[in-house]
Amino acid sequence: MSTIVTLGLLLAVLAFAVGRPRGLPEAVAAGPAAGLVVALGLVPVADAGRELRALGPTVGFLAAVLLLAFLAEQHGVFAFVGAAAARASRGSPRRLLTAVFAAAAITTAVLSLDATVVLLTPVVFATAARIGARARPHVYACSHLANSASLLLPVSNLTNLLAFAASGLTFAGFAALMALPWLAVIAVEYVALRLFFGTDLRTPAQPVQASREAVPRYALIVLGLTLAGFAVLQPLGVNPAWVAIAGAAALAVPLLRRRAIAVRSLITEANPAFCAFVLALGLVVLGVRRHGLGRLVDALAPGHADFLGLLGMAGLAAVLANLLNNLPATLVLLPAVSGSPGLLLAVLIGVNVGPNLTYVGSLATLLWRQILHARDAVPRTLEFLGLGALTVPAALVVGVAALWIGLRVSAT
Amino acid sequence: MNLLVWVVEGTWPATVDAARDLAASGSEPDADVALLHVIDPAVAASAGQAYAGLLGRHGWPPSRHPDPGAAIEAAAVAAERDLLEAALQRLARPARTLSRQGRLEREVVAACAGADLLVVARDGDLTRVGPRSLGPATRFVVDHAPCTVVLVWPEGPMHTQLPPPPPRERP
Repeated sequence: MSTIVTLGLLLAVLAFAVGRPRGLPEAVAAGPAAGLVVALGLVPVADAGRELRALGPTVGFLAAVLLLAFLAEQHGVFAFVGAAAARASRGSPRRLLTAVFAAAAITTAVLSLDATVVLLTPVVFATAARIGARARPHVYACSHLANSASLLLPVSNLTNLLAFAASGLTFAGFAALMALPWLAVIAVEYVALRLFFGTDLRTPAQPVQASREAVPRYALIVLGLTLAGFAVLQPLGVNPAWVAIAGAAALAVPLLRRRAIAVRSLITEANPAFCAFVLALGLVVLGVRRHGLGRLVDALAPGHADFLGLLGMAGLAAVLANLLNNLPATLVLLPAVSGSPGLLLAVLIGVNVGPNLTYVGSLATLLWRQILHARDAVPRTLEFLGLGALTVPAALVVGVAALWIGLRVSAT
Repeated sequence: MNLLVWVVEGTWPATVDAARDLAASGSEPDADVALLHVIDPAVAASAGQAYAGLLGRHGWPPSRHPDPGAAIEAAAVAAERDLLEAALQRLARPARTLSRQGRLEREVVAACAGADLLVVARDGDLTRVGPRSLGPATRFVVDHAPCTVVLVWPEGPMHTQLPPPPPRERP
């Protein structure tokens, strides 16, 4: 009975988040659902408190990273990246694709996938239009890399932040193990997109007069120092969330002084409703795990971090991410693998690369959007799905193989 | 004579030049020239979809940033305006401009209704004669256009040894 209640609550929360009736924020359903899970005794108050305390720093970190990306954009970092990509392309759509890959992979790794989706993609479109290239391959590259290039750092994806907190790995240790899978997956995406959009990419564009965007030196230095701070200060016991907050503050102060932004927009961009949603979702998923699903996941999860175990784990994570969405999938799977860093990182490869299969994050979102768009011009669903089917299985296998090699090397 | 010119990113100067020459050489000096550009809404939609797939981000109060899909939609319209403006200038004669949204190939074929001539450019790597000199959209247009199609080479035709040697026969 309690299994059905908790599962029902989770599905209701996800359905609300996908449908978003009246455009209400997702936390509107998740908050009361979390309250209900505790009130009905499905999760004891003490456990709920422990879960919130465990998630708290992660959510703070998330808010700081969202702010960092917004402030970087306000400093002109993305406009600069667009201009640099246009210059590097020298009028060739293929070279522009290479530049876009570099920009999207680095943006996603350092400033999280949200930054790539929300801030970089429009800039990439404008850049492609400016050199007269057909923008489709470049825009698709951004959408794909926002997911698949989010493997490198704990800050690259909320899923990584959640796993990082549970992994016991250091910031630098996480990055060292994920560097090879990150590069391998990006290589798979690059080859796939080059093949998929061959003709468009071979059609020459016109080189444009290079507009010299001012280099946002201050912002780039602050971002670099923040990144170094994550790696250097964490072994000294400084929580990376504080480093991110310090970086955001350093970017915010000159903008506030110039009155380029208001304090209010700092709060908006840290997205408190999203943070509340993550906390509430954590409690609801804890309820689901305690009442049956946890045992099922433990039974399904491979026990050994050998190659097949890693591949099985990544595959399971990818399937679950496509069924539910990768956020709840991560929360469901993490406790089952918290003892093994290898399996934990395999989960991340699955939940980060997997969503490209249904290209909108999950089957539920896909179906819902199909219903919404049934009457007007349906976006090219089959083309997206084809591209996903081309890249995701290959990226999973190659990414897991790279992780396996990394684990073997680091073990010796 | 009704002349329709498909203006595509990357290859449009060639089609516009060809249209200018065709209109000047025609027996009717006042040929009606229309410059057509098509926006594929799937590009903006893909960015919108990626945003929609981010669970939980659609916070309150709403952020300053629009949905990237909406941002790209607006940017696409602006880019189209600039492109057609540049094409009109290059054409250097009065012409109508047509903007359509949808699948490129279907919109172009639909826009051919009433046209006598459609000017299209080849795609792909111009340093090679072929194969695959036509992308899927251009291929469809060449196959299905209900009027005469003029297919032009950007940067002029290649001078190759004609005909190319036959493929080696397999035993």
